[in-house]
Amino acid sequence: MNEKVLTQNFGLDHLFRIEVYLEQGGYRAAKKALTEWKPEQVLEEVKKASLRGRGGAGFSAGLKWGFVPKKTDKPKYLCVNADEGEPGTFKDRYILSHDPHLLIEGIVIASYAVGIHDAYVYIRGEYEVIALRLEQAIAEAYGQGYLGKNILGSGFDLDLYVHRGAGAYICGEETALLESLEGKRGNPRLKPPFPASVGLFQNPTVINNVETLANVPFIILNGAAWFLAKGQPNDGGTRIFGVSGAVNKPGIYELPVGTSLREIIFTHAGGLKPGRKLKAVIPGGMSSPILKAEEIDIKMDVDSVAAAGSMMGSAAIIVIDDRTPILEVLKKVAKFYAHESCGQCTPCRLGTNWIFKIVKRMAEGKGEQGDVDSLLRLAANIKGRTLCPMGDAAAMPVFSIAKKFKEELEASLKGKT
Amino acid sequence: MSREFTPALKERIEGVLAHYPNKHAGLLPVLRLVQSEKGFVSAEDERIVAALLGLRPIKVREVVTFYTLFARKPLGQFHIQVCSNLSCSLASGEKILEHLKARLGIRIGQTTPDGKYTLTEVECLGACEQAPCMMVNFDYYGNLDPEKIDRILEGLK
Repeated sequence: MNEKVLTQNFGLDHLFRIEVYLEQGGYRAAKKALTEWKPEQVLEEVKKASLRGRGGAGFSAGLKWGFVPKKTDKPKYLCVNADEGEPGTFKDRYILSHDPHLLIEGIVIASYAVGIHDAYVYIRGEYEVIALRLEQAIAEAYGQGYLGKNILGSGFDLDLYVHRGAGAYICGEETALLESLEGKRGNPRLKPPFPASVGLFQNPTVINNVETLANVPFIILNGAAWFLAKGQPNDGGTRIFGVSGAVNKPGIYELPVGTSLREIIFTHAGGLKPGRKLKAVIPGGMSSPILKAEEIDIKMDVDSVAAAGSMMGSAAIIVIDDRTPILEVLKKVAKFYAHESCGQCTPCRLGTNWIFKIVKRMAEGKGEQGDVDSLLRLAANIKGRTLCPMGDAAAMPVFSIAKKFKEELEASLKGKT
Repeated sequence: MSREFTPALKERIEGVLAHYPNKHAGLLPVLRLVQSEKGFVSAEDERIVAALLGLRPIKVREVVTFYTLFARKPLGQFHIQVCSNLSCSLASGEKILEHLKARLGIRIGQTTPDGKYTLTEVECLGACEQAPCMMVNFDYYGNLDPEKIDRILEGLK
């Protein structure tokens, strides 16, 4: 049952060229959707498929599209979130570089379903080489009538443009991404209003992750029932798990939604190096709460990981072995969020920096009694008190590490009792 | 030396702006164009961009200082950006930074006196399966160790 979907053609040479993509049946889904289906049918099928966002929040893509008002005088926009920056995450890089036309096809279908005529791909600035490849693919798609005016004779128009970020983790947060696309600092916006009604340039906007959109052509071709059968009842399809850290075979593994975390680490990613034991796993990118070695017998789908007290996030699995002091992990986590806080909300701006200051002194052997409790208190006071989810993203890993590894952390403190 | 924009750069800027409903939205890509042509974004460049886009200069300054990829002073010919985030450090990424510091004789954030190399420590580059990794200008290099770094440096021209 482990058939690949999104990554099935990744081994082909020059898949990023439109000729090769077309040979594999590329753009058949777009043709089917645009010439045989009404937009509402496309929307319904994607809703039925329970396609949940692959960027981090895991929200239903179909519902998100449905929130955009159907009747409006305003232009509507699609923003593709290719600002892949959650530490541990690299799956979208594979889709963008191997199969950019798959993304473009998903964009065409999604835009058709929602009645969007202008789309941007917001790609992180470091992915310049990939952005150039994507631009080449977009030019090919325009040349062959899959983008532009009257696509495939359907009367549907769509323009697509690549917008490069310039180095800021926060711009992966959807409202910060909108600000950045408008030429401003990436300061997240207060919600509501949600982007579906007031988004890019104050107009109704859909923001979807790269992998989310790449699934859409397969849903159109094979149907929602097929997609659901690949995954879980409330969370369809496959996920591209990115495994890094202390495993023998780091890399991407496309597996059904609901595959067990243990199986991903020990069967697919080759387990740990000889003589090393599993200590902890970060299951969904750095901001997801840490799991201890005995907590990995869980299904990797949005709801199951949440029930286990963590977060599926971007399905980026970071594996930590018994040779790594947990303080080292905590230091990296604390440094990252202190660096990336946009500075807009006080609890996040100050809290992340206080946390980093404490963790740094602990790492220098100057930790004081009560430091771990301070970390717990600071993290708890950031969570839920900021405009955007970055506050939670910073607080959750610190809180979970300080809580689950309290004993080990306290053993490093001065004057321990 | 005047940093007046060349007609060719102005034309490229116009080409970028055509893709947005207002000029302000083109600010990030325009600054990237300026940096790729001039190597960094000076205070004078900020003022020129502000005038071209009809913005107050402060709007440009706050963007240039917010995003890490904009340089406000000249960078070396080869800008080496080393990831020090979690997956890379689990794969001994810190040794990579130490090796580069020793080999280039500079600290993080500095440029070699000959203007050839700038060394920067960065957060996750999105290539964790190849940890430890780094970027030289826009090229990615992964699965690094000191010997491999030496070979990469020797190959840079």
